[in-house]
Formats: sequence, structure tokens, C-alpha cells
Amino acid sequence: MTAELLWAGATALAGMLDRGEVSSVEVTEAFLARSEEVDGTLGTYLEHTPDAALAGARAADGRRAAGKPAGRFDGIPVAYKDIFCTDGVPTTAGSKILEGFVPPYSATVVERCTRAGLPMLGKLNMDEFAMGSSNENSAYKPVRNPWDTERVPGGSSGGSAAIVAAAGAPWSWGTDTGGSIRQPASLCGLVGVKPTYGLVSRYGIIAFASSLDQAGPFARTVEDAAALLSLAAGPDARDATSIPAAPPNFLDEIDGGIKGMKIGIVKEFMGEGNDPGVRTRVEEAYTRLEKLGATIEEVSLPSFEYGISAYYLVAPAECSANLARYDGVRYGLRVEGDDIIRMTSRTRAEGFGAEVKRRIMLGTYALSAGYYDAYYGKAQKVRTLIARELEEIYERVDLVACPTSPTTAFRLGERTDDPLAMYLSDVFTVAVNLAGNAAINVPCGTSPDDGLPVGLQLIAPALAEPLMFRAAYAFEGDLGWINSREARPAL
Amino acid sequence: MGSLDRKTVDHVARLARLDLSEGEREKMRLELNNILEHAEKIQALDLDGVAPMAHSVPLVNRMRADGVAPSLPQEKALQNAPEVEDGRFRVPRIIEDEG
Repeated sequence: MTAELLWAGATALAGMLDRGEVSSVEVTEAFLARSEEVDGTLGTYLEHTPDAALAGARAADGRRAAGKPAGRFDGIPVAYKDIFCTDGVPTTAGSKILEGFVPPYSATVVERCTRAGLPMLGKLNMDEFAMGSSNENSAYKPVRNPWDTERVPGGSSGGSAAIVAAAGAPWSWGTDTGGSIRQPASLCGLVGVKPTYGLVSRYGIIAFASSLDQAGPFARTVEDAAALLSLAAGPDARDATSIPAAPPNFLDEIDGGIKGMKIGIVKEFMGEGNDPGVRTRVEEAYTRLEKLGATIEEVSLPSFEYGISAYYLVAPAECSANLARYDGVRYGLRVEGDDIIRMTSRTRAEGFGAEVKRRIMLGTYALSAGYYDAYYGKAQKVRTLIARELEEIYERVDLVACPTSPTTAFRLGERTDDPLAMYLSDVFTVAVNLAGNAAINVPCGTSPDDGLPVGLQLIAPALAEPLMFRAAYAFEGDLGWINSREARPAL
Repeated sequence: MGSLDRKTVDHVARLARLDLSEGEREKMRLELNNILEHAEKIQALDLDGVAPMAHSVPLVNRMRADGVAPSLPQEKALQNAPEVEDGRFRVPRIIEDEG
């Protein structure tokens, strides 16, 4: 029974709760126990909240018994990346500078999911301030990949990916600034969604690069991911960049099929940099999309090769401004100094890890007098070029398909000595954030080379999530991988 | 553009309020140069007439009604402060004593 619950997925669990076959307390207890079982090996959690989870589950069971559930998913537990502020529950963003910080309010995402009746299992490990592609930049501990514990789960939402891949949570929330949901979803064999910029409120999410940051769901299936996104998407007066219109419905036409869709294959994304096994699986995926009735067309994104350069100027510039708030005054660490400048400089030197310091330095430099036009100014123009080229592509096709990550999960320590090599992990994902588009990672099986998951990325224009989910759902169903035993890492 | 020298690293660290150690400064110089070298790629692009993009959503100055709503109580706003005095954040001296 327990294994059946753990691998069922949120939609199936909601059906079981509805029919009274199981209670939310039983479901929540099963995930709490599984989380505890795998956490020692995987390093997924920074904070377990079993009491809150069970209290939430009991309340959900009460509502269902009274015939008044808070919604379809009332009583299905969830876990959050530790970048979402949670009222009364410690939140660190994976940094020592926020050790012991207890938020006085919750992020809108947390508030809406709580209102929908989702008990919180805990807060998940991540790269410090979401800066990283391997989860080795957590100030507390690295996260390990359930498929091979000598390998990274990807980052920065590594904990959010690893815990769902190991069935310690049915679904989870992460954030994606340059690929931080899609890349770990790819490396862990999950569905991960980077929604259109502005679709999900950023209120209460600890800021990294505000014009790129976007929260999104991890789940084992496309339908579950679309459902979790539905619970939190939509306008929020507390985030001035949230899109004011009501969000589209992601589930109504999810099974509408792919027939007649035009899908563009970016020729620049299929080059030498990809692992042969990744190439094989992704090319098979293109064939499958065609078999399902889509028209495949080659498209070109010539400015793609400048995406990483532009991203690693824009994101650090915004990060250097956002992280100025960690000054030892209002919250977090303080290291004493004779005057305020020494106090602040010592606090920041001790509280931030190496990657965060590197990006603050890079961003401060890119914004400093004499260099602004050459670096930040130019990067913003490259951003325009990439967005424009994608717009031109969307005049010919509905969606764009490409690999999510050029490699499968790499070994811990493999890229830590070379920041640039680590940055190149994001080569296929950053353009989507720069342009504010939507994208999803859908598993396409495991690589014939190493048996590790490979992911297909489907990119959609802003607010075209319904179409994106439809294509992903059709692909997932036809492949049938996620419901097979093979999709369950033997941990 | 030229490469980042040690003097610039010191200057930027001061602007960023980061009291870096000797070792960190030298390592930072090497790593930043490596990253900036990659970023040099975009210097070769002809970007004349291309408008810079700060944001992907075309929203400008969203207004809301200027109404009174509950805000964070003082006690909660101060609950995470390293040092508090008389309901305020306490910081080290900012202005030197005169004379």
C-alpha cells in the first residue's frame, strides 16, 4: 500500500482521497516517513515540518469528512525550495547569512497552496541564493541524485528535484532564473516547469535576479505539474510584475493531442556539445512528436551562442543589487565592526559563500562607472536580440523543442573548480528566462550510455502554457516511461 | 576592455562591501577574468539601434488604490534583527564625533 501511495502522483492520490480509500493523514505520514528514509543519503531537506504537515492533513481530512474540501487537492502534501518565505518556519535560501531567519510572512505561492489545503512537508535544500547548477553551492550540504548518489541532482532547485524523484514528496516548488527548475528536472527524470514571467507571484520569494526569477512546479507527470501550477498562478497585487489578467486554464485541454501542431527544432542546439546519449534520446523524441501528428521544422536562433554571456552579466548585475540588503542590520548574520562599513563588509564576507561573492563582484563590476555600457548595457541589448529571434520563430511554429541539458547528471566535484564550465550547464535554458517565455522539461527515458535520465525541453511563447502542456502530455503518454518501473530510481 | 587588475578587484570589493581575504582577491581576479573573457563575445556584435531590454513583460507603472491596509507590526519587523534598541534597529556608529 505504501509504495502504491508514494508513486501514485498527486492526481491519482486526489482521486483516492475523494473516494475515501485513504486519508490525508495516511498519505502525509507515508511521505514524511519516505522523506526521512531518503534524506540522510540525499541531503534534500533543510527543515522538516512534520507537525505542521500532520496538523494540515488532519484539517484536510476534517474538511473532506464535512463534505467541504478546500479544493480538489485538499490534503495532498507538498514541499518548498527554501527560497520561499514561510511564516514562522526558518528560511535560509541555502545561505549561512540567513541561518536562523524566521520569516514574519509567507510567500504568495505558499499562502495559495496552503489555502488549497496542501500540508507542508518541509523546506528543501538548494544552491545558495539559487546560484548554481549542481546544488554543490548550498552552504549546508550538497544534494545527491537518487539515480546515482555519486552524481549531482542539478541546481539550483536540487532538493526540490531529488525529493520528488525519490518519492519523498508527490510534488514540490522550485524557482528558475536561468534553468534552475528545468535542468534538475532533466537530471532527475521529472517534469519541471518554468512558467511565463509574471504568471506566478514573486512576493515572498527571496530575490536573486528579479527580471528573470520565476517559481514553478516539479512533479512526476505533466498533469500533476499543470495542476500544481494552477493552484498558485494568477495576479497578485503584492507583485507589481505579476500579469494582471486571469491565467489560462492548464488542464481543460491537456489531453487535446498534438496533431497539427508545428514544432521547431533549433539547429544550433543539436551540435557537438551534447552527450551522444542525450542526442539519441532527444532525436527519438522529435521522431515521436512527428509520429503523434506534429509537423517538425528546423528553425534557427543565431544569437543563442551569446545567451550565456548575456545571462551571466544580467543575472549577476541584478543579484548584486538584490543582495545589498544583507547588511547585518535587519535580519541574518552580523559580524561586529568598529563602524557600519566594517560591520557590513565583514558580515557579508563571512556570511556569503564563494559563488555568491563571485556573482556579486561580477555584477558590481558590470554596473560600475566606465563599464556599464560595455557590459550591462550590451547584455540588455543581446536580450532584445534573443527575444526578437524567438518571436520570429513563433511566427512559423507553435513550440520549440531542444534538449534541456547537454549532459546527463555529472559527478559531484566534476565542475566545481571551473565556474565557467558550470555556467555552460545552462546553455539551453537561459534564453527562455531572458525572453520571459514558458518552458517545460519532459523526461524522454534514460541515456543508452549511462542509464541516467535525459530531458526534452519544450519552449512556448508567453502565456502559451496550455499548448505546451498539451504537447508534453501527449509525448509523455505515448512514451509511457514515467509509469514504468524503469522510472523509479532504485534507492 | 582589458583584463581586471588587482586594483580594480580591490575597488569593486569595496563597492560591494565585501571584506575579502588576500587569497580570495587573487582567486577572484583570475576567475572574473576568465568569465569576462567569455563575455567578450558580445563585444563583437553590432548592436547599434537595438533597444536594451530590462524586462520581458510590457507593464509600466501599475497603480493601486491608495488605501490603508494592515502592515507588519513593529515587533514582527524587528524579530530577526541582530540588535534592537527601543523598538529600532541598532547599528554601529555611522558619523564620527566632531572635534
